[in-house]
Amino acid sequence: MSGHTDMVLVNEEGIRIDGRKTDEKRNIKIEAGVLKNADGSCYLEIGKNKVLCAVYGPRECRMRHLQDPTKAIITVKYNMETYSVSDRKRPGTDRRSVEISKLISEALSAVVMTELYPRTTIDVYIEILQANAGTRCAGLTAASVALADAGIPMRDIVPAIACGKADGKVLLDLNKEEDNFGQADVPIAIVPSTDEIVLLQMDGNMTREELEYGLDMAFKAAHEVADLQKDALLRKYTNKKKEASE
Amino acid sequence: MERKNPRRLVLPGDDIADAKEYKPGENTYECEDRIRAGILGTVDFRGNIVSVMPAGGRYLPKIGDTVIGVINDVGPSNWMIDIKCPWPAPLHVSEVPWKVEFGDTTTYLTVGDVVLIKVLNVDESKKISVTMKDSGLRKIEGGQLIEIDHNKISRVIGKAGSMISMLKNMTDCRITVGQNGRIWIDGDDENAAVAAAAIKKIEAEARMPNLTERIEEFIAEKLPGAESYRQNDDDEEESE
Repeated sequence: MSGHTDMVLVNEEGIRIDGRKTDEKRNIKIEAGVLKNADGSCYLEIGKNKVLCAVYGPRECRMRHLQDPTKAIITVKYNMETYSVSDRKRPGTDRRSVEISKLISEALSAVVMTELYPRTTIDVYIEILQANAGTRCAGLTAASVALADAGIPMRDIVPAIACGKADGKVLLDLNKEEDNFGQADVPIAIVPSTDEIVLLQMDGNMTREELEYGLDMAFKAAHEVADLQKDALLRKYTNKKKEASE
Repeated sequence: MERKNPRRLVLPGDDIADAKEYKPGENTYECEDRIRAGILGTVDFRGNIVSVMPAGGRYLPKIGDTVIGVINDVGPSNWMIDIKCPWPAPLHVSEVPWKVEFGDTTTYLTVGDVVLIKVLNVDESKKISVTMKDSGLRKIEGGQLIEIDHNKISRVIGKAGSMISMLKNMTDCRITVGQNGRIWIDGDDENAAVAAAAIKKIEAEARMPNLTERIEEFIAEKLPGAESYRQNDDDEEESE
């Protein structure tokens, strides 16, 4: 957002540097149940982002001061691998990962029926293997698939996608260059069945009209992401049935 | 219209029925006149109640369930038992068939011991109490313990216990099934191995039709002498 470049991010025909149109999202690949030892897991690729997510629980919350006698807590650990970005990322928890973990935990708490499991914790581990802008959305998208795969009661699956602004144009699903040299980045996560917003941030500046236009694009795209998430889960569970019959 | 495919797989948030026609059952919720799935599983219509049978997830203890637990920790007046649920299950000295002196708990049961117990109570905040003071409840010794998905336990027991009595008769093993997905098998080495393999097969093929016949064929193939046990229909053991 702060940087400056001579690169043309969006040309006159409205085509972006990776060949997408302004309202086009990157290619998404989702696979559910990739880890055997976790209760639920998901591997997700969106463009050049690669995310692996594992869910454990609900299990007894051993950190007694965090335990809630009325509901389960969702402990999220968002972690970027040292090799996930072009410069080596210093390993360990930092200010940014604490923020993202908290955001994702709150977004998931809005859909998971936590009141069914008092005094327990649901642990969600999100590992960013490769980052190319939009990892919090990718992480949340993967985490909700992993939660459903773990058989955790929840109201709906949460899809997340970003909209933003670069070269003065409102864009959907920013990539790294657009995020770094653009004017705004707005990640959003929704509950598809009710269109509630469970995550919304804005970094940079957009006018009210631009934001409304961007959110419309993001809502439409989020519903498409939700279909891909459901498709990944159906694929896993129907294949399981087929394997059994052979 | 919703009844077209009654046993279909649904995901959290899937619209499954009209709230005017049906009532929301287990693992479903009502939102804006529609009934939606609250978990990944298969839809089940029973009368005008729609529920979802979970495809996975942790075991949730219910009052009266017979479960197989492993002792985790020992205190001066209780044992902590792992029954594969998200909460610890304490077994108090007053709930065992022996007279235990304070601090003398380890002479009766120690860490690692396997016990057959019953869920006595589960309260609102999911505090669990279990008992060993009922017929058939005991410390389990010898044999082998296998674990399967607790959602598939009903298939291992079968309709009115048909599957489990067939297993017991054909393999001549003592089999005890815990509602939490743990199964104890005791018998001759070869027979017990076949029984364990058969149970794993039930878990893998839980949704298949004619499961009892398929398992019967499977055991007959592995244990050629097994047919003779089938004539012996009177079953001495208590069925769960």
